[in-house]
Amino acid sequence: MRLLFDSMVPGSSFFDLLRQVRSDLLPQMQIKPDGLSPAEIRELKETPHGTTILALRFRDGSLIAGDRQATEGFQVSSRRIEKVYKADAYSAIAIAGVAGPCIELAKLFEVELTHYEKLEGMPLSLEGKANKLSQMVKANLPMAMQGLVVIPIFVGYDVRGREGKIFKYDVTGGRYEETDYYATGSGGKDARSTMKKLYRDGMTEDEAIAVGLEALIDAAEEDVGTGGPDFVRGLFPTVKIAVRSGLQDVPETRIKEVCQAIIDRRKSVERGA
Amino acid sequence: MALPYYVSPEQMMQDKAEYARKGIARGKSIIVLEYADGMLLVAENPSASLNKISEIYDRIAFAGAGRYSEFENLRKAGIRYADLKGFAYDREDVTAKSLANAYSQTIGNIFSEAMKPLEVEILVVEVADGEIPNELYRIAFDGSIGDEKGFAAIGGQADELRQYLKDSYQTGLDQKAALRLAVRALEAVSNAKIEPRSLEVAVLERHRTGRKFRRLSQDDLATMLTETE
Repeated sequence: MRLLFDSMVPGSSFFDLLRQVRSDLLPQMQIKPDGLSPAEIRELKETPHGTTILALRFRDGSLIAGDRQATEGFQVSSRRIEKVYKADAYSAIAIAGVAGPCIELAKLFEVELTHYEKLEGMPLSLEGKANKLSQMVKANLPMAMQGLVVIPIFVGYDVRGREGKIFKYDVTGGRYEETDYYATGSGGKDARSTMKKLYRDGMTEDEAIAVGLEALIDAAEEDVGTGGPDFVRGLFPTVKIAVRSGLQDVPETRIKEVCQAIIDRRKSVERGA
Repeated sequence: MALPYYVSPEQMMQDKAEYARKGIARGKSIIVLEYADGMLLVAENPSASLNKISEIYDRIAFAGAGRYSEFENLRKAGIRYADLKGFAYDREDVTAKSLANAYSQTIGNIFSEAMKPLEVEILVVEVADGEIPNELYRIAFDGSIGDEKGFAAIGGQADELRQYLKDSYQTGLDQKAALRLAVRALEAVSNAKIEPRSLEVAVLERHRTGRKFRRLSQDDLATMLTETE
């Protein structure tokens, strides 16, 4: 406690605070000069991986979604993993990559934003949040070089600019804003193809949810790592939207209905063919 | 060689306590009231940007009276302490009790070791989760800590406020009634009408999802105070 009063303690960043006073809590790994052995690489491939996440912009804001499956090599490690996290009242983060560090990064990012908000008495700007995330992904680079890759997508509603925004990242912390849609993870390419065909400017919330789920269902059909809507176990993709009134979870019943409609339509097309 | 001067420890502590008390007595007061669905914090504060009441963690709020720069440092230290603890263990493990103890230690150390004691009095408030009762801790300038029930007051006219509340506080008030009682108490001890714009009010609402802390806006205050009962 005494240390926290010290003027050496950093300003309003929880990440910096952690680095200075509790660096043992930071996810970290030393780089091995000789690289990894084949056995270590095999082991890494068999750690749980999160698969497909996507984001798209619509008339009133932006949407972020992810499937619920994590894989270890060729096995399902979890069917109900959570890849989309609320970051604060107006933004959310979704993570693809090695599950452990991913979940840790999402948690750390959430604390980072609320920590700043509480200390300063006002939230960071959306750009400020996106930049902060970029620094955190960059700090993970030593781990990424050993195979523990973390790739987030960040969406939020920009209260000042009155629009939804999407930010994508690479392993080095490079930050790029997307104007329309983006998807990443093992099924990301398939999800992007679907969104490329279906995306239009100025979609309504309902249309955006339908396009996002259609893209996830396509990813689940093409990519073995991605889990589709699971009517047997009652597991459906997570969808959140960032709009003017704040970040909202799309309720599971609504997601279930839309998934059902997509699948019914596909069944009837197959029967007709 | 200069002669070393001697002051007895008793004398030194007394002087420090008197100094701290005087500093705090110059400031305005803050009231916390338990009401049916949470905790209400009311401060007389003419500034719109320098807060006396703030959020520390999910269920925990902070109020500071006395010298602003000093309780502001305590507030920030509290947020750092809570966020670190919650990150290292779990959000559930951050409690008002542990935070109040940490504050008590720090303030007490400064009181006994530093030349100048802190001229602050603070409150650490936690709204209950379900059946567990609310928690309300008052920490004085010397680090002494007390847990209060129902209501608490700190700052310049704390004693008069406590007396007033002792006579008129009752359990199970709703939010609006609690706010009105707090304003009546502040008006009674200062013998003046208090305008909503010179009030800083926040609540910890038990049934709110996620973070329980919410500041009441000027509009909220105006409607809550002017509506007829």
